[in-house]
Amino acid sequence: MRIIKFIIQKEFLQIFRNKGMLPIIIILPIIQLLVLGFAADYEIKNITVDVVDRDHSSWSNRLTGKLKASGYFLINNYTPSSSTALRDLESRQADLALVIPPHFERDLVRNQGQKIQLLINAITGIKAGVAAGYLQQILSEFNKEIQIEWLSQPTASPTRAVGINTTTAYWYNPYQDYKQFMVPGILVVLVTMIGAFLSAMNIVREKEIGTMEQLNVTPIKKLHFIIGKLLPFWIIGLMELTLGLLLAWWIFDLTFAGNLLIIFMFAAIYLLVMLGMGLLISTKTDTQQQAMFITWFFIVIFLLLSGLFTPIDSMPGWAKSITLFNPVGWFIKVIRMVLLKNSTWSDVQTAFYAITAFAIAVNGIALLLYKKRI
Amino acid sequence: MTIFHFIKKECFHILRDKRTLLILFGMPVIMIVLFGYAIRNDLGSSKLVIVDNAHDTYSQQLTDRLDASKYFEVSYQLNTIEQIDQVFRKEKASIALVIPSQFGHTLMHAGSAQLLLIADGSDPNTATSRIQYAQAIIQSCQQDMQVAGPQGLHIHTDIRMLYNPELKSVYGFIPGLMALILMLISAMMTAITITKEKETGTMELLLVSPLKPVLIITGKIVPYILLSFINALLILGFGHFLFDVPILGNTALLLLESIIFILTALSLGILISTLTSSQQTAMMISLGGLLMPTVLLSGFIFPLSSMPWPLRWIANLIPAKWFILILKDIMLKGSGWRQVWEETLILLVMTTLFTGLSIQKFKIRLDK
Repeated sequence: MRIIKFIIQKEFLQIFRNKGMLPIIIILPIIQLLVLGFAADYEIKNITVDVVDRDHSSWSNRLTGKLKASGYFLINNYTPSSSTALRDLESRQADLALVIPPHFERDLVRNQGQKIQLLINAITGIKAGVAAGYLQQILSEFNKEIQIEWLSQPTASPTRAVGINTTTAYWYNPYQDYKQFMVPGILVVLVTMIGAFLSAMNIVREKEIGTMEQLNVTPIKKLHFIIGKLLPFWIIGLMELTLGLLLAWWIFDLTFAGNLLIIFMFAAIYLLVMLGMGLLISTKTDTQQQAMFITWFFIVIFLLLSGLFTPIDSMPGWAKSITLFNPVGWFIKVIRMVLLKNSTWSDVQTAFYAITAFAIAVNGIALLLYKKRI
Repeated sequence: MTIFHFIKKECFHILRDKRTLLILFGMPVIMIVLFGYAIRNDLGSSKLVIVDNAHDTYSQQLTDRLDASKYFEVSYQLNTIEQIDQVFRKEKASIALVIPSQFGHTLMHAGSAQLLLIADGSDPNTATSRIQYAQAIIQSCQQDMQVAGPQGLHIHTDIRMLYNPELKSVYGFIPGLMALILMLISAMMTAITITKEKETGTMELLLVSPLKPVLIITGKIVPYILLSFINALLILGFGHFLFDVPILGNTALLLLESIIFILTALSLGILISTLTSSQQTAMMISLGGLLMPTVLLSGFIFPLSSMPWPLRWIANLIPAKWFILILKDIMLKGSGWRQVWEETLILLVMTTLFTGLSIQKFKIRLDK
């Protein structure tokens, strides 16, 4: 125990002595949380539109008005010419163009139906899809409005308004605030970075500058050395999580629906997995550069398959099976479930079993591979 | 001629390190495969629970229609609304449909009936799409039930998705991936290699050699230019031949722009290496200052237009943003030099600026 205490003391001394590292451990995560929190927003806003109005009727004016009033769209250009709109689309001035054909109002009444064209810059697939969705919603509302007005006119045949009305409700995030969903995921990214990167680099550094050999000839036991090396980062990781949660609560008004104890318990085991991964990587590499690249490689794959940015539901079956072996994915799932939905211990049990299994496996392998020799 | 020997030595250094090499070429390939096949924004099948209080043919019809669509899979029949919360909390389902009692009866006799759709709103966008899909299915089901909706005056929308008709996410990902990988190799690798020479003390040995400092730095970066260029070709090739991402514009222009971006990234890498003397710090600066912004603020994953203005403003300072715009223009729109010269100029100005700063800083280090 005494030996472990000394190693930990030495590690903390080294970490806090390094003026370059300290801001990285404390300031970088804060900046990252702030930038990510505001940047990682899939809510599509400020869609710029060119309205090509070749009708200039009262209805086409009303439709343009509705577009403006919806709050999603910014009118970039109001023009009668399609070629202007196409040019704006190409030069990225406009995200989409709404083309109202000539005699729109007249033909709509005469033929009982009329076409409107939407030209969308679809390079960013998600934005295009969402923009098209919003616009169609506005169009169908507009359509309903004019239908009702038209039908209430005495000239039209009376029809009763019938059908199924659907009311919708969004639970757990009633204001549809994207940050409530994203920020908990970002906290996981912070903890992951600290855990995996710093531990791997720290051990490899001793190898690279040769102090590892000096440590190896001391009577320190292998297990003691590893515990002494990893424990400081485990503590830093948990502190980082606390700091992140506080900031999230303070800046992003994150609601904490569930029990924070579950999150901390999960984080405690999760950090063991990440530190174990760092240890494992450090046994297989000789330079910090290698360690960093390998860690980066795995973290990127873990993050991409974690459901942080894109829903796991959309992945094909084989990718979904891979996500079951992704510790980052489990943690993101748990932290979102607990913070947003007040999921309880029994709801997240499976995740706890999985992460504990990973912790044992990763650390077991790392211990077996770690050799204390010169 | 010494410079060639020096470059040769640097190449050996890189080629000797098989693990890093494997990652440098393996990472782009794996990322392309993940982005191309696994990472999708479109919604897959969601689990749906139904609280059916009516138990009539109409409610059955609705359930069957929802189950049959590729977007939903009916996983449970529940008895009360309260139970939905339990299912949502376990993530066993993400959307619920509540059918009131006497649903069919009301629909037929009163002419209209109410349905309630409840979505797990934790992920707002997915929840909205789920609700939209469910509503569309209910609408079409209603038409089959031959309950007439309002007549006449139908506006049909004819949607044309320009430049990416099938809305493939991979079209947007390939340019972003190019920027990310080139940034990683050119900026991060150079920053770390040069700081490594400093940290281990070999930089001083090099500086007392007859090679000029400029030549030393050139020698160090040339191998990385080659590596980056090969990687750029690799990504473009994969994107084009495996995922059918078009290259409508001039390929030569595309490659020229890639080289310009590689130079920008290299100048950034050198700048970082002049600011720090420890590999760990260099790595953390590269990760936090280069890779994170390249992923987040370049428009690669998250649309820039949705961000608050301070972030949109900062995004202008990120080289990857301009490079991604250039790539998308040339590849997907077939733009030529006339459309992309402004973005190119910005990249060139950035490169000059970073190089100038590095030269200044580098001299200061020599004086010490």
